[in-house]
Amino acid sequence: MIEIDKVTKSYGDRRVVDSLSLTVGAGELCVLLGSSGCGKSTTLRMINRLIPTDSGSIRIGGEDITLVPVEALRRRIGYAIQSIGLFPHWTVEDNIATVPRLLKWPEARVCDRVGELLELFRLDPATYRDKYPHQLSGGEQQRVGVARALAADPELLLMDEPFAAVDPITRDALQLELAHIHQTTGKTIVFVTHDIEEALRLATRIAIMDSGRIVQLGPPFEILEHPANDFVRDFVGHQGLGLKLLSVRRIADRLRRGETAEGEPLALDASLGEALSAMTTRHTDRLPVSDAEGRRIGVIALGDLVR
Amino acid sequence: MRGGRLLGSPVLWVGLLFAALLLRMDALRPLLERAFPRVEPVIYNRDSFLALFLSQLGLVATASFAASLVGISVAVFVTRPAGRDFRAMVEALATVGQTFPPAAVLAIAVPMVGFGARPTVIALFLYGLLPIIENAIAGLEGVPRGVREAAEGMGLSGWQRLYQVDLPLAAPVILAGIRVSVTIAIGTATIGSTVGALTLGTPIFDGLVANKLPFVLEGAVLVALFAILTDLLFASLERRLRLAAAD
Repeated sequence: MIEIDKVTKSYGDRRVVDSLSLTVGAGELCVLLGSSGCGKSTTLRMINRLIPTDSGSIRIGGEDITLVPVEALRRRIGYAIQSIGLFPHWTVEDNIATVPRLLKWPEARVCDRVGELLELFRLDPATYRDKYPHQLSGGEQQRVGVARALAADPELLLMDEPFAAVDPITRDALQLELAHIHQTTGKTIVFVTHDIEEALRLATRIAIMDSGRIVQLGPPFEILEHPANDFVRDFVGHQGLGLKLLSVRRIADRLRRGETAEGEPLALDASLGEALSAMTTRHTDRLPVSDAEGRRIGVIALGDLVR
Repeated sequence: MRGGRLLGSPVLWVGLLFAALLLRMDALRPLLERAFPRVEPVIYNRDSFLALFLSQLGLVATASFAASLVGISVAVFVTRPAGRDFRAMVEALATVGQTFPPAAVLAIAVPMVGFGARPTVIALFLYGLLPIIENAIAGLEGVPRGVREAAEGMGLSGWQRLYQVDLPLAAPVILAGIRVSVTIAIGTATIGSTVGALTLGTPIFDGLVANKLPFVLEGAVLVALFAILTDLLFASLERRLRLAAAD
């Protein structure tokens, strides 16, 4: 979907992005993770040409981004940022409709799409359509911001620390919603954050960055289990590493099929961390597991968590 | 509710007082004759006050319209990437322009364009530019970074960003600049009477020359009311714009 090939960007003498290569497949949620100044945002903003590259090339769907007119390129790519940047003088509807209207969609289709997106983000269209941004809470504003990025059904979504400015409870909810939307729409997402927990929670793949380079690239459990070097080990953190591992592994991998146990079943795609939490609060070492249709298909036991 | 707000609005009362004095200054004749028994006549009568007002309104409107157009265009230019380098120079020039006394501008303009309305319009135009340019730059720069980045990132073109985002968001601040500029222009325009422009300053200068204090009073009160009324009208327009932007 996106091929970043030896891209470099310098400001004066400082190399912000240093010959970086990265391929993101269709449907992936790739997280660029690193501390501030590591070049993750710069990399993201080179994909929609908000920042020009010094050298190297970026292709989206096989097409070199410099060969597409810049506005047309950006209208094909959803963009959500930490400061949200809702237009304060436009209603929620007008904000979400920005790109569809730029693309000259018929007004009826724009209206339907706005309603659909508001419902996707659990904002009642009748209530929210005509509100102005300053009448919304921070979490609602960010939902509208992400809805606006998704409005024209872009093939690719770029997100730059979109949830960094909201309170932890709202952030949790927004992360769950994004994970849900990623699963249901299968969009390719490139997501920038400095928050390791957020990365572990959302990513299909994590690229850990330092000084403009990718130091390690892999799925969350691999980053946790086999850190490539001391930098990654420090970044991931020694403390609570076991709990982080439990949070990225799924029950499905450790299931004892066919066995049964008493109690409220856990979902098959829940993490081992959730299983441990449930066992602790229910004072048991065995819990039943059900599949997506709600059928009890097996059991997870305490010993399975540490296998 | 609406009617109540209108009755309580200073715009209405100042407007009525201004209109009454403009059209029926005659009604004050007995009062003025008693106050200035040795002056004859006590009411300025070379031109009607209405004609003087309309002439001054025309001068101010022409100069302020031109200053707004030029000032906003210049501010837009120096806040775009292409014009950023000119910004310091433009601000310096506008500031220098403001330090010239308007009388000096008139003195320079008369030999070039002759007596009458034209030198006055030129002086008002130059004098009115600074507040408009300064406010327009401040307003355009004041558009939040995130909003500008989002607009660019979503693929709005340069013109679309200007017309749909930057100008509407800067509008209240730009209007505040125009308000200051117009109010200054109304006061300054009276000096134009010294080079033959017809304004409400004409009775003031005639009165000073002929030692007729009532003329000075009549002109001064009308000019003051004109300026206050205009300022009030702009204030309510500005309030409406801010409400529209915020709500």
